Amino acid sequence: MNPAEQPPSTQDGNVLGGAAVPQPGPPQLPPQMFTTAAQLLDLTDKKLMLVLRDGRKLLGVLRTWDQFANLVLTETKERYYVEAPSPAGPPRKLFCDIPRGTFLVRGENVLLLGEIDLDRDDEDPPGYVEGPVEEVFEIQKRQESERKQSDKTKARKAGDFWGGELEGSGEVLF
Amino acid sequence: MLFFSFFKTLVNHTVTIELKNDISIRGTLKSVDQYLNIKLDDIQVLNEDKYPHLSSVKNVFIRGSVVRREAGLAKQGGGQGRV
Repeated sequence: MNPAEQPPSTQDGNVLGGAAVPQPGPPQLPPQMFTTAAQLLDLTDKKLMLVLRDGRKLLGVLRTWDQFANLVLTETKERYYVEAPSPAGPPRKLFCDIPRGTFLVRGENVLLLGEIDLDRDDEDPPGYVEGPVEEVFEIQKRQESERKQSDKTKARKAGDFWGGELEGSGEVLF
Repeated sequence: MLFFSFFKTLVNHTVTIELKNDISIRGTLKSVDQYLNIKLDDIQVLNEDKYPHLSSVKNVFIRGSVVRREAGLAKQGGGQGRV
């Protein structure tokens, strides 16, 4: 390279010898912003709602993670939401929390992680009241197994239609 | 890398992400990575009544593998579909 020439700046790309005016490119955002690490770093030591692929919701504090979104959560509570059919009138909407302790979650099971807004966390979810753990758990178990049955049948029928097993068939997605 | 670059151009735009479990979430795209994991700020769940558990959540990190499709606002060039 001619020592008198300015080395092309990283922004100019294809400009040789400074002939044309460089086009303004997209805003230069720091490259470290675009990694899993950068995204999860913001969420560390925060109270999170983790939704798993099988539909479970875990509330806990994210302690550590890796590039596959394997996660360690502490002070975890498993939260169940049910609509309990009631003989007279509309179904009662109940939720309950079961304390679980520390979790290591494998990344492939993660659906999404939500940062809980601590101001809104004090209120109960809209329309829901906290119910007794035993009752909520029983109802949830029953509804889950009913849904798993119908999902399995649906997945099998879809698989038959398309001529083979579909990706994720038989697995309950929320 | 192609879709990664495409998503990078959409940072700070409002997008709607439809997940494989049928939840639709609208929010501002804040960040994306090579696996197409997505971070959205200020989210709004479009079928809220069916999914109450995200009522006190403002920001989410969504794993790329669970996204069914993503729709940007029409005037920003339309959406990308992927299965």
